[in-house]
Amino acid sequence: MTTSPATERGGVTGRAPWPLVVPALLGLAFLVLPLAGLLVRAPWSTLPRRLAEPQVLEALRLSLVTASLATAVCLLLGVPLAWLLARASFPGRRLVRALVTVPLVLPPVVGGVALLLVLGRRGLLGQWLESTFGITLPFTTAGVVVAEAFVAMPFLVISVEGALRAADPRYEEAAATLGASRWTAFRRVTLPLVMPGVIAGAVLCWARALGEFGATITFAGNFPGTTQTMPLAVYLALETEPEAAIVLSLVLLAVSVVILASLRDRWTSSP
Amino acid sequence: MPKSSRWALAIPLALVLAALPACGAGQAGGTPAAEGGRTLTVFAAASLTGSFTEIGRAFEAAHPGTAVRFNFGSSATLAQQIVQGAPADVFAAASPATMKPVTDASLTAGAPVTFARNKLRIAVPAGNPAKVDALEDLADARVKVALCARQVPCGAAAVKALDAAGLKVTPVTLEQDVKATLTKVELGEVDAALVYQTDVIAAAGKVKGIAFPEADQAVNDYPVAALAKAPAGDLARRFVDLVLSRQGRQTLAAAGFEVVPAP
Repeated sequence: MTTSPATERGGVTGRAPWPLVVPALLGLAFLVLPLAGLLVRAPWSTLPRRLAEPQVLEALRLSLVTASLATAVCLLLGVPLAWLLARASFPGRRLVRALVTVPLVLPPVVGGVALLLVLGRRGLLGQWLESTFGITLPFTTAGVVVAEAFVAMPFLVISVEGALRAADPRYEEAAATLGASRWTAFRRVTLPLVMPGVIAGAVLCWARALGEFGATITFAGNFPGTTQTMPLAVYLALETEPEAAIVLSLVLLAVSVVILASLRDRWTSSP
Repeated sequence: MPKSSRWALAIPLALVLAALPACGAGQAGGTPAAEGGRTLTVFAAASLTGSFTEIGRAFEAAHPGTAVRFNFGSSATLAQQIVQGAPADVFAAASPATMKPVTDASLTAGAPVTFARNKLRIAVPAGNPAKVDALEDLADARVKVALCARQVPCGAAAVKALDAAGLKVTPVTLEQDVKATLTKVELGEVDAALVYQTDVIAAAGKVKGIAFPEADQAVNDYPVAALAKAPAGDLARRFVDLVLSRQGRQTLAAAGFEVVPAP
């Protein structure tokens, strides 16, 4: 907010210009005020009792596990997809790039219905999965992971693709002239080069998966212990006990902030 | 702190605070107000979407220059919006329990009146793959069942009906509202679900409804009330009168509601 005298006195940075500072603070207030609203209304006295409820811990555990698995799935599939979009040239690449953002545009509930139409019991692939392998995804924890990965993957792909485009391709070319195969160059040169982008994308992806509601409840349903994640528990609590919903939201928020902050310190060097 | 920085903080805060009431007013969807006319805002349970839209049209025809706009949704959510100060004129809930927060806050003009009842039915997908024909079949472990979560009216009714039958049913999912439960049946993801009679009628062709005797012990009463702080004033009362009128009852009966005899 305030600039120190040292920077005001003609340092390289100079005084932060007001056309940037005013909207920045407005933006910050816009993002933080709803959180303040939750904090003001939170029933602090009942907080410990609510936290001790087994259903809350179950939902929290399920949320953390499924969001992490979904992030793993996104990394496994999303990083190669981002590489393909940034480095390979093929017809219709622009169209593919636009298609990658479909889950961002689709209302999550519609995304959930779409998943049911493909992977559901009567779905295009789901029918085959059930008859061949006896696998049904809806109403299972694996279904939660699928729904979360579907909604969260674009965040990873877009972020990694951006990092790849910004990375200097000459490093890869140098590796190639030194005899490295394209796969080796990707593993030993490209991937380390874009690691900050991959981590940023994974964090976004994880956070989005953690908060996922619409696609999850539509595709995987809602049952305590198997598919009821925190956002689902929050939504249902809102129907009868708004105070409980506030507590649950704060728990989810606090846990995610603590995890993200500690990961940031460990894995990234940026302040 | 330099003076300019203090202003830099104050202006955005003032803008945000100024924008808040405007955001609240914009949330209820519906038709725009007629030119220079009055607008009546009705908050109603999602299960009333079809019948209330029709009653709303009749109301607009009877009161030229008046536009009726609806906010359909989960009764509990609507009740919270009203308690938090949403500018509604009429509230129609899917259960007395969801009307209660509003009456507790003394926000209704007079006591709510029960205008319709909804009964549960077993809904099965077209073709009835699991050959369900009675409530007992839902307790079979091979039958995949969807129920509403007990926090919402249809879930509370389902618990009552199953308790009355002495059945223990383990559903694969507890859905957030009756439409979501119905979707699971329509797509064939579950073999059976408990939904309202009105939902079965609205989804005619895609699902089949099966009546069962215990439904009589889990009837959902729908209360309606004009609100004390109704911005549209007397129009709110007149809309409630239309819902309770012969015409209103006919519309509701056509949608599958059991209508309550006039008081």
